Amino acid sequence: MAAPTLNRADSGSGESDVQTLTISKALNMGLRAAMEANPKVLMMGEDIGKLGGVFRITDGLQKDFGEQRVLDTPLAESGIIGTAVGLAIRGYRPVCEIQFDGFIFPGFDQIVSQVAKLHYRTQGRNKLPMVIRVPFGGGIGAVEHHSESPESYFAHTAGLKVVSCSNPTDAYWMIQQAIDCDDPVLFFEPKRRYYEKAPVDTTKAPGPLFASRVLRSAPSAGAATLVGYGPMIRVCLDAANAAAEDGTELEVIDLRTLSPLDLGPVYESVRRTGRLVVVSEAPSESSITSEIAAKVQQECFYSLQAPVLRVTGFDTPYPPSKLEEEFLPDLDRVLHAVDRSLAW
Amino acid sequence: MSSPEQWTHPEPASAPAATAAKPTAEQVIAGLRATDQGDVNLVQLLTPEGERVQHPDFDIDITAEELRGLYRDMVLIRRVDREANALQRKGQLGIWVPLLGQEAAQIGAGRALRPDDMAFPSYREHGIAWTRGIHPTELLGIFRGTDMGTWDPVKHKFHPYTIVIGNQVLNAAGYAMGQKFDGQVGDSDSEATICFFGDGATSQGDVHEGFVWAAVYDAPLVFFCQNNQWAISEPTERQSRLPLYQRARGYGFPGIRVDGNDVLATLAVTRWALEECRQGNGPILIEAFTYRMDAHTTSDDPSRYRLSDELELWKLKDPIERVKVHLVKQQWADSAYFEEIEAESEALAVELREFCVNMPDPPPERIFANVYAEGNPVLEAQRDEFLGYVSGFAGGEH
Ligand SMILES: Cc1ncc(C[n+]2csc(CCOP(=O)(O)OP(=O)(O)O)c2C)c(N)n1
Ligand SMILES: [Mg+2]
Repeated sequence: MAAPTLNRADSGSGESDVQTLTISKALNMGLRAAMEANPKVLMMGEDIGKLGGVFRITDGLQKDFGEQRVLDTPLAESGIIGTAVGLAIRGYRPVCEIQFDGFIFPGFDQIVSQVAKLHYRTQGRNKLPMVIRVPFGGGIGAVEHHSESPESYFAHTAGLKVVSCSNPTDAYWMIQQAIDCDDPVLFFEPKRRYYEKAPVDTTKAPGPLFASRVLRSAPSAGAATLVGYGPMIRVCLDAANAAAEDGTELEVIDLRTLSPLDLGPVYESVRRTGRLVVVSEAPSESSITSEIAAKVQQECFYSLQAPVLRVTGFDTPYPPSKLEEEFLPDLDRVLHAVDRSLAW
Repeated sequence: MSSPEQWTHPEPASAPAATAAKPTAEQVIAGLRATDQGDVNLVQLLTPEGERVQHPDFDIDITAEELRGLYRDMVLIRRVDREANALQRKGQLGIWVPLLGQEAAQIGAGRALRPDDMAFPSYREHGIAWTRGIHPTELLGIFRGTDMGTWDPVKHKFHPYTIVIGNQVLNAAGYAMGQKFDGQVGDSDSEATICFFGDGATSQGDVHEGFVWAAVYDAPLVFFCQNNQWAISEPTERQSRLPLYQRARGYGFPGIRVDGNDVLATLAVTRWALEECRQGNGPILIEAFTYRMDAHTTSDDPSRYRLSDELELWKLKDPIERVKVHLVKQQWADSAYFEEIEAESEALAVELREFCVNMPDPPPERIFANVYAEGNPVLEAQRDEFLGYVSGFAGGEH
């Protein structure tokens, strides 16, 4: 029942229903809609029941759907993921919450060895329609292991799909599309943007799940392309606004899907602008950003006016939070890279 | 003291009435809940009312001076805890992890250690840190975001705080194996290791693997589980059908439940367990039955998942109050003494506060320091490029 686009309410009048929502509320409503639409959808995780999760993303769901559909599990990520595999092959569609990015690693073995490979190993007889939700990234002043960006590990693993939302509309729709997907999906939520608000049309999905999207176009020459995802989209858009004031047009593309990558719109853009800056909080070595740089130089070789530049977290452990402003790509570092690209 | 064999098969006093039929989960849970008031296997030497009671296996001779010392430790560390909590409220710390209610479990266990013993904490063990000679100011950077703890873990034999639940248990098992391989086990002068973790942690694979490893290698390791009844919002029933101390049996070593709000009992049981480990009879699991009287952290709101009645009940079992009552009853301390400790704790709070608000922010190069023991040229180039970029700002070139 993989539905690439969803229109939950289109049995109705077709009128749009637009509400202003935070990313966190949009996720909550998206999860609720998925649970209402399919009784096989389950939530599993630590503290997701009565507490509603430490970020309240599952707030109220246990109360309304009961303890057998919203499971406060024992404290063990390998257990959460491993039992979700069993539930999935039994016909359920589990949605696992990992409390923080840094706590996915006890479940890493199950994800890489079972979640990613069962479909392959059973010649397609076992489907793994499960979602692993991960609040990720820094910027919230947290202690160790609460600010990491582990997405590249999963994008590196065949058999997994990896997406990240950057705004309330995508939060609302992408989570439902991920739950509807028959492949396992790692769903990265930009935790420091949880409380950012925007209008959401809850009647119509704006597009398919595994597609990147141009958020701001720059048709003219003398421009550059900015690509990011998740929490860095806000930084990219702010950089584009700031650059526009200085007369530089930046095209901003939200990757949305990290595996499979949907780079068609990026190639199209780079062929026009000739310049690309890729932005991510994750360390740069062997990462999503290196993958993009490699592919773009291959596909757009004759269009490039400058090397693909990357603005990323450093290749260090995530530092103590007083240093995270230095660690995280910000407006200045992005604009600095844009300047370097334009000056090449 | 008793031999460990006696403790290999402690029968629960109120085993679930399961003969023919397996008990339902609800029955088991109900049984567990009943043990919340403690069961006959709970080792206690000082009642909540401050009465000294005897225990056939774990009695302890304690002098007035020693008991005053334990009292002082607990008062000071509670004051530190409350001050740090307040510093978080004032925005001076990003977060704080309170130990309120767990003072006896930590001071009792910590004071049973000798300088050569090694301790592996999780993240709430401020009282253990204190007993390892670590000044509370050294904890603050973790919570202010300036560092990851500044104490020297080798010198203090106190490992860094471990936040990923359960990880440290395997590390502790390995350390204890090393003590054994080094021939440091076999008599009363030997070393031992103690590892702290919570009730929630007992579900993690790492903790189970730690049990297996320590058992298979006869490691001199005391597993010290502070069962504070909650893992954030999840009660202990979410993690186990049986009382946690009974798990040890399945791994082939003794498990004991001690009143974790009783500093004397905790001291006695931990001393005994460490001694058994020194002699080569480890590992041993201690479940310190206690209560997290405050929120999980300053970011948590317990009113969403637990009733305040529960807290009120546990207040009656306060770990410090009972010692105070006992000291007074025994005439081991007078009001002047209590005032003196009070004043000392105030001075410590002031010191902590002043230290905290004056902590400098770390310089940017710290991000890149100590990632590798032998350096990494790729990272060094990245560092130099970034520092060049930062100094461009400082010079106003940008
Ligand atoms: C691997 C991992 N998963 C989840 C978390 C988030 N988390 C932090 S503390 C905690 C509960 C721990 O409970 P317990 O072991 O009883 O220790 P307590 O906090 O009560 O001292 C959770 C789920 C974590 N730190 N590490
Ligand atoms: Mg606990």
